[in-house]
Amino acid sequence: MMNCKQATRLMSDEMDRDLSAGDRLALRLHTLLCSGCARYREQMSFLRQACRQQVTADKAVAPDAAAAPTSPPPSAPPPA
Amino acid sequence: MGPSSQIDPTGSATAGRELPPQAADIAAELAGFRREMLRFATLHLRDQASAEDAVQEAMLAALQGADRFGERARLKTWIFAILRNKIVDIIRRRVREPAYEDPLNEIDEADFDPLFQGNGHWQRDTRPSDWGNPERSFENRSFWAVFDACMNRLPPGTARVFMMREMLGLETDEICAELSMSSNNCWVVLHRARMGLRLCLDQRWFAGSGGQAA
Repeated sequence: MMNCKQATRLMSDEMDRDLSAGDRLALRLHTLLCSGCARYREQMSFLRQACRQQVTADKAVAPDAAAAPTSPPPSAPPPA
Repeated sequence: MGPSSQIDPTGSATAGRELPPQAADIAAELAGFRREMLRFATLHLRDQASAEDAVQEAMLAALQGADRFGERARLKTWIFAILRNKIVDIIRRRVREPAYEDPLNEIDEADFDPLFQGNGHWQRDTRPSDWGNPERSFENRSFWAVFDACMNRLPPGTARVFMMREMLGLETDEICAELSMSSNNCWVVLHRARMGLRLCLDQRWFAGSGGQAA
């Protein structure tokens, strides 16, 4: 079975390329069984969302003046 | 991020044109974004002078295109899209100057070995923990300071690849072509960048009280 180290590489790769069907299945199985990697995957999505927010986030305003609510949570990577 | 073709206010296309009448109003509003634009450009370009250039070029392009701009509410999105294009232009120009080390050599794969046991599974104390509702941190200015600090801790070449992908929104193919890297090496660099950034945010934000207070 795939180990966590290998899974982290695939969880990064899936943000940049289509995984093979075999890799997708193996990763899906792995994240079902491994809570650490399941969180890692969510956190990868969060990083992407943060980078996008970073482009337009209004960080110059005081927190109470921030008119725009945060956008909905990021969608998790597509299930295998 | 919208397709760049919709904005594309290249300086050359509009150079020498009279500024449209709306320009004065828009200039006043743009001035308010200047500091933030500069910060954004500096983060990407890591060079104050280039960042100043990018911001000035973006502002000029915006003013020259002010007549094409209808929805004032989206002014900020628009100016940042223009700025983004200017930054991409500068990065593209720079690629031809071999100032960067090969990003593949900046982070050693073995640097992350301590996170894993010999069998490749997480160590008990490095297994990713729950970040709660991390999106709430977006409203917290301290989070962004930590985020920038973590980004700045990435080695320059690695950070450049990562930002081209995640902030400038380029596809991996484009990045590989620009930097003359193989696709696989590009993915390896992105993987290490994400690993490093995640670890830094985990240690400096989510593990500390900042995350809870966000």
